[in-house]
Amino acid sequence: MIVLIARRFILALITLLLISIIIFLGVEALPGDAADAYLGQSATPESLRALREEFGLDTPAHQRYLNWLGDMLKGDLGDSMARRKPVSEVIGNQFRNTVVLAAAAAIVGIPLAIVLGVFAGLTRDKWPDILVSLVAILGMTLPGFVTATVLIYVFSIRLEWFPAIAMVPTDAPVIEILPNIFLPIITLTFIMVAHILRLVRTNMIEVLVSNYVQMARLKGVPAMRIVFLHALPNAMLPSINVIALTLAWLLGGVAIIETVFNYPGIGKLLINAIGDRDLALVQGIAIILAGIYIGVNLIADLLALVLNPRLRTSRGH
Amino acid sequence: MSKNLIEVENLSIGYYNKGGKLVHVLKNVSLSIKPGETLGLVGESGCGKSTLGQAMMGYLRLGSQVMEGSILFSGKDMFGLSTRDLESIRGNKIALIPQNAGEALTPTMRVGKQIIETLELKTNVSGAATKNRMIELLGQVRLPHPEVMAERYPHELSGGQQQRVVVAMALAGQPDMLVLDEPTTGLDVTTQAHILELLRDIVAELGTAMMYISHDLGVIARVSDRVALMYAGEIVEDASAAEIFKSPAHPYARGLLASIPRLELAGIPNSMPGQPPIPGSLPGCSFTPRCPFATEICSSEPPELKMILQTPHLVRCHNWEKVVATDFSQELKDVYHIVEHKAQDVSAIELSDVEITYHQPNMIDRLRRTPEPPATVSDITLDIKRGETLALVGESGSGKSTIVRTISGLLPAKSGVIQFENCDLTVNVDKRTMDLCKKVQLIFQNPDASLNPRHTVAEIIDQPLKLYFPKMTRDERRARQIELLERVRLDGRYRLRYPGQMSGGEKQRVAIARAFAAEPDVVLCDEVTSALDVSVQAAVLDLLADLQQERNTTYIFIAHDLAVVRAIADRVAVLYQGRLCEVGTVDEIYSPPYHPYTETLMGAVLVPDPDTEPKLLASDTPELAPPAKGCAFQRRCPKFINDLCDEVTPPWQYPQDEDGHKIRCHIPINELLVV
Repeated sequence: MIVLIARRFILALITLLLISIIIFLGVEALPGDAADAYLGQSATPESLRALREEFGLDTPAHQRYLNWLGDMLKGDLGDSMARRKPVSEVIGNQFRNTVVLAAAAAIVGIPLAIVLGVFAGLTRDKWPDILVSLVAILGMTLPGFVTATVLIYVFSIRLEWFPAIAMVPTDAPVIEILPNIFLPIITLTFIMVAHILRLVRTNMIEVLVSNYVQMARLKGVPAMRIVFLHALPNAMLPSINVIALTLAWLLGGVAIIETVFNYPGIGKLLINAIGDRDLALVQGIAIILAGIYIGVNLIADLLALVLNPRLRTSRGH
Repeated sequence: MSKNLIEVENLSIGYYNKGGKLVHVLKNVSLSIKPGETLGLVGESGCGKSTLGQAMMGYLRLGSQVMEGSILFSGKDMFGLSTRDLESIRGNKIALIPQNAGEALTPTMRVGKQIIETLELKTNVSGAATKNRMIELLGQVRLPHPEVMAERYPHELSGGQQQRVVVAMALAGQPDMLVLDEPTTGLDVTTQAHILELLRDIVAELGTAMMYISHDLGVIARVSDRVALMYAGEIVEDASAAEIFKSPAHPYARGLLASIPRLELAGIPNSMPGQPPIPGSLPGCSFTPRCPFATEICSSEPPELKMILQTPHLVRCHNWEKVVATDFSQELKDVYHIVEHKAQDVSAIELSDVEITYHQPNMIDRLRRTPEPPATVSDITLDIKRGETLALVGESGSGKSTIVRTISGLLPAKSGVIQFENCDLTVNVDKRTMDLCKKVQLIFQNPDASLNPRHTVAEIIDQPLKLYFPKMTRDERRARQIELLERVRLDGRYRLRYPGQMSGGEKQRVAIARAFAAEPDVVLCDEVTSALDVSVQAAVLDLLADLQQERNTTYIFIAHDLAVVRAIADRVAVLYQGRLCEVGTVDEIYSPPYHPYTETLMGAVLVPDPDTEPKLLASDTPELAPPAKGCAFQRRCPKFINDLCDEVTPPWQYPQDEDGHKIRCHIPINELLVV
């Protein structure tokens, strides 16, 4: 058990290291560099050279990578070249804002997805299941910005219930942010619920025809108790990893949604940073998102380990 | 005469197939069970036994419906009850003990909790008493350390322990009746015998009625007061156990009993040709096409279930008088035919000091230099002659399959040599030459798992032909496929069928044809008949014996059924925890002196005779690993002497000469002779 956890942990660290190399190389491969972007039209060979020297862009790539990696281990993500501030400072509040948005969507979305999934599984091939599945497929197939646009049209332009954009000051307190972000939360929930729901539904259907559910039925256990005590825990086990993936996606993949709603989150910051060729900022955000992605998956694996008695005790040969 | 507890009245259950046609599963079934009585329900697979068992609990498979008739349990119509009433009767008045307890227990719930659930829902026990009662129940089903067991999850228990938990769960509601659906199928003979004794004791003590469903006539003989025989969804005979086993009046009962290999009789029994039709698909008696007694009336007029003689003995047969007039016990002896063996005095495969382990030390083990656990299989030395059938016998975990996996190249041996025609077989299959692979073929237990359901029979048999005979043209391969099918007694037209369109016996024949397509010298048979009905089993055994004679093939035959082994094997090697206990010819193994383990296995065999009791010599406690030293069987041995058994590996003893029968035990031969 401990060996297993340690192995997962080490693997996660190695993955993170590999990702940092890939991110670094990816940014290197982009045409132009921060000095180009910063100076733009006003660039002269002399000013470019001076700026490159200042940013340390004249040293070889591998050395820059090692420096960056070393600084990062000390918690220093470097300086944003375009914004002339430490990266961590630039990211700080925007990251918090994204977490607020994602957490709110997750708190609404995950339980909703599970409940709907169980409901659809129980009413398999009857009209409630067909209705739920139809809506889920819509959520899965429509691109995020289309969903967002439709929701804005319906809820803020027609019904005028919620504001169409989520323009809040970057450093606003959470209490003030929440009332402004109903629509982004609904959009994210709509997209996220679909994936989890479909999986929970499939697992539920599979578990409902299992021998142990039939046994519980023939043992005279009331139907609701069978669903919640015998079927649901077993249907949830394979869903944990997908929920984790969805969570990680929420943090990383909200860029478009944030842009549509003009919400000062990390996704929007990333898009702006790419436009500015702000390499240190792009690298910083990418490595944070990668870290979260890996971290959430690690937690999901460990959770699956804790919840699934079969994985926890392996009775070898 | 006391009142019946459950009465099945003229019950027909069916479903509409895709074409909208009604297909019967049960047809006009009537039977009853009195309080405290045990009814055994027997028949081949697909006869509707399980459907009837589930119907008794008011449960129908999705899509099935009651066409006519009723089931009255304690006077209540099981199909007229509301869901709530059904929920309260199930588990409380009538409880199920299912086949494959491992799948019937909820994997995410501790087993103790699952019993407590029944107690909370079905009895008045509450509070702290619930836990005590649960522990008491686990003790009652003779699980060691009930407190510890209760905390385990289902997958942490052995098959026998899981089955005991399910029994405890069924008893928790103190039901008046138990429905047992093949509860011991798939368990070791020893475990099966122990669980049956447990059930008999409990039923006698509590006065619970049982309906015991099984395809195994030995099991039915052991538990039943009365036996009902099902064929194609109908009851064809219903009589006391003594009567049905001693003087069966239906030709189907005779056919089934005659097709069972017997422990005390050498040779392969006659098989019953054909297979059951879809219920109600024939105008006359469903058994007519397979019946040796059939006359003209049988194919036109369905027989009634009628009372014969004075005793309550019901039979559905037009010609029962003719059947009863034929002497059954003499007929039984005549059907066994001895297989002619012509093993040559040339070695086919020689195993010397073979040791196989699944243990792979990880980094921490290596760093800490943890001593390796004893190997799964160790010290195996066997000389298998060309044209011989060597049977490997033992409970699950005895290493039989491990040895076969190694010989077939699926698992490398740790040390030792397996000599086969100047080659060493201890290496994996990817390091073997094509010719070597061709010469050693494997047939698996379950043809459903070993045949690709999306390939036709022709494609299945074509694979080895293409692989091992690349020079064959398409037409030659086609001709060969037909020839091979004919050799396994299947019509050439089967080429175009898919596995799903064949019966279990037919599928296993295809698997055999595939193995023989390679023209192998050695065929490894891993429980090849244990998934088949008895009626088909004998035919498959016969086929294997014939094929062996044609090319003088060597068989290594794994089986847990000692009677089957007796029927087909020349020599037997008895294994316990991966160590050899006894090696000898069939006659030597099946008569004293026995190794204490062999004696234990023999004692646990259930024979289809209600008057014979099994002898339970050793406990059925499963062991997870072989002991580090001494005799492998030390912890369960009924004849355990002293420290000698714990400390010293027993020597081989030879009752006659050193080339023949040998027993690995500290007890002197003359004491082992005393059974």
